[in-house]
Amino acid sequence: MKKTLILTTAIAGLASAAVAAEGEVNVVSWGGAYERSQVEAYNAPFTEQTGIKVNMIAADNPATPLKAQVEARNISGDVFDVEVSDAIRLCDEGALVEIDPAVLPAAPDGTPAEEDFLDGALLDCAVANIFWGTVIAFDETKFADNPPSTAADFFDLEAFPGKRGLPKNPKRTLYLALIADGVPADEIYDKLGSDEGVDQAFAKLDTIKDEVVWWEAGAQPVQLLADGEVTMATGYNGRFFDAMVAEGKPFKIIWDGQYMDLDMFVIPKDSPNPEAAMEYLKFATDTQRLADQAKYIAYGPARKSSAALVGMYQDGETEMAPHMPTNPDHMTSAVMDDPEFWADHDAELTERFNSWLAGS
Amino acid sequence: MANALDPHAAIVTTASGETDGTLTTADGKPLSRALARSQRRAKRRAFLLVLPLLAFILITFVVPIGQMLQRSFYNDGFSANMPQISQWFAENPRGTDPDEAAWTALANDLQVSAEARTIGVVGTRINYDVPGTRSLFTSTGRKVRRGIEPPYDQALLEMDEDWGSSTLWAAMRDASTPYTGNFYLASLDRTRADDGSIQQVEERQRVYVMLFMRTFWLSLLITGLTFLLGFPVAHLLATLPMRKSNLLMILVLLPFWTSLLVRTTSWMVLLQQQGVINDILVWLGVIGGSGRLQMIYNQTGTIIAMTHILLPFMILPLYSVMRTINPSYVRAARSLGATSWTAFRRIYFPQTLPGLGAGALLVFILAVGYYITPALVGGSSGQLISNMIAMHMTDTLNWSMAAALAALLLASVLILYWLYDRMVGIDNLKLG
Repeated sequence: MKKTLILTTAIAGLASAAVAAEGEVNVVSWGGAYERSQVEAYNAPFTEQTGIKVNMIAADNPATPLKAQVEARNISGDVFDVEVSDAIRLCDEGALVEIDPAVLPAAPDGTPAEEDFLDGALLDCAVANIFWGTVIAFDETKFADNPPSTAADFFDLEAFPGKRGLPKNPKRTLYLALIADGVPADEIYDKLGSDEGVDQAFAKLDTIKDEVVWWEAGAQPVQLLADGEVTMATGYNGRFFDAMVAEGKPFKIIWDGQYMDLDMFVIPKDSPNPEAAMEYLKFATDTQRLADQAKYIAYGPARKSSAALVGMYQDGETEMAPHMPTNPDHMTSAVMDDPEFWADHDAELTERFNSWLAGS
Repeated sequence: MANALDPHAAIVTTASGETDGTLTTADGKPLSRALARSQRRAKRRAFLLVLPLLAFILITFVVPIGQMLQRSFYNDGFSANMPQISQWFAENPRGTDPDEAAWTALANDLQVSAEARTIGVVGTRINYDVPGTRSLFTSTGRKVRRGIEPPYDQALLEMDEDWGSSTLWAAMRDASTPYTGNFYLASLDRTRADDGSIQQVEERQRVYVMLFMRTFWLSLLITGLTFLLGFPVAHLLATLPMRKSNLLMILVLLPFWTSLLVRTTSWMVLLQQQGVINDILVWLGVIGGSGRLQMIYNQTGTIIAMTHILLPFMILPLYSVMRTINPSYVRAARSLGATSWTAFRRIYFPQTLPGLGAGALLVFILAVGYYITPALVGGSSGQLISNMIAMHMTDTLNWSMAAALAALLLASVLILYWLYDRMVGIDNLKLG
């Protein structure tokens, strides 16, 4: 079975593999506004300085082609931008090059990379470029006198009436219920690891279950808020930023209880241009490049030293720092994604979550 | 000159009169053999013509689906990477407590697997059966890579006491052969107890059986609704003069040609609480501003949107069959004294059955596998089993589970198809 898979993928990969030559690097990323921000902030200056051409390849989720290429043992991409859970899993499965943090450039003030990157941003086989948050946003016009300000307010239907938008998965709902129930951010995963903790989270969700509109795609919460279908929703901070700044929607973000994920660069073993790939990875994750990316999208740089260099949005008038998920003010009650926990419990909690959803 | 392979030539020769009873061709060979040979040639030519299509279907459809379905009962993530302990399980029957040989085999396998960086694959496989054990394997792997000393049972239990869990050992035993029925059990909300017996999972974890039932019930309901709504439309299309019916046909086809996503999101605009229909009802004073109807993000939304999207699949086969029905039958029935209802019930309707059967089968099978519409407008109560399959494909990456759910869905559709064939007869199907 593996042989046929190798054969078919080899045929498909032949064209792309043939293209890779010296002085090139193939980067697989997510497409859309996020990829544009990488092209502007990383690729253009990289080619200018090194002469190495960057081929940007878009994928719905770069981990999918990476897995297929690894399985077929025919790697055509050099650098992949993947989610942290995929980075860890593929590293555990031996598909990725290990990256020694010592080779990464130090911060401008000389702080070594190992200390400059935020917690969790450096793994055995991966280096993070951005942090992004799942946050609560509300419609300002609905709560003009008494705006909500905490995760607990999201669950308070008396003081803040109206429907709520929540993602239809356990990962980004259970933690919020626990935060709203007063569980400190650093105890979330201990709680979720126990039956009582999960019961507690579902009990809290039960209090708003009838008023929840469940969403699946990242564009939906913004749409639900804009349509007035819900008065509060959780969603990805970059999307809300876009609606607020680019489209002028009257939304406001509550940073209390934000859920933080990161996107990471990985290099597969046996990539066609390993040296260029490493050069690109080092270049793209240096202090200035990470700060530059924030000019094009509201996602937070993974280095502490980049924060000071984050300037204006590309419109030239919006200060980016207050919109960054990595802003220290926004991190006080932030829950970091724990890929180990979710690798263990995702299936189990998803089944329970769906069973709970289907119940009356 | 008569050609031996030409059947006409053969008939001509036989007609000219042979005497010994068996018919032969001009050159004296038996006619039946000559006929068979010429038929073989024609068959071979016909086969060569369909060969490209056959190869295409085989390579792009049958093989990949076969590979995918194979995953539902074949997963060598554990057995291929943990050969020694798998061997021990094969030699010792269920119920044997792990002895020194077992611990040694386990430690050796863990060491090799950790060095080869396949420990993640092993952990993922066991995690399917015992949630929470993937990290047990990966973290132990990291420790073992730094070295492990005998006695291994103590060493491993010191690293993590979960290694002593009987549930874990039972799960490893189940995974020690690549062939497993556990994914099918899980798809039916069943699980294997430590002693190997099959039992239901805890009530709060049960979800798949309920979703299968809901999928079939909603698909039946949607098939019924498309019939009720589509039958009059198809009848109108079939009986109006060509010019008018063509115009109406465009109205049926236009949505059919529109992207599925566009149609689904249009329903969101119409049905949501701040949407067009609710706005009109409030404006008319039918409902108060606070009593807006919840028509989407629940089962109602799924039913409405799917009925609309699948309607053309009912109308088109019905229409094509209705057009061929001779109107003089109904006229004859009326002239013989039947009421219009009787004429419809006993003469017209039975003639539409082939179209109805085809339409119903199409709509039902499409509805059973529907994915994007329930995902977008289904909320919590409008989810179907296909949404679970998609989740296991893209989120939990448990392709074996996705394959098992898909195989069960496929099997139940095939059973329904067989029942349909037995009751209605598949020959009576007419797609147009």
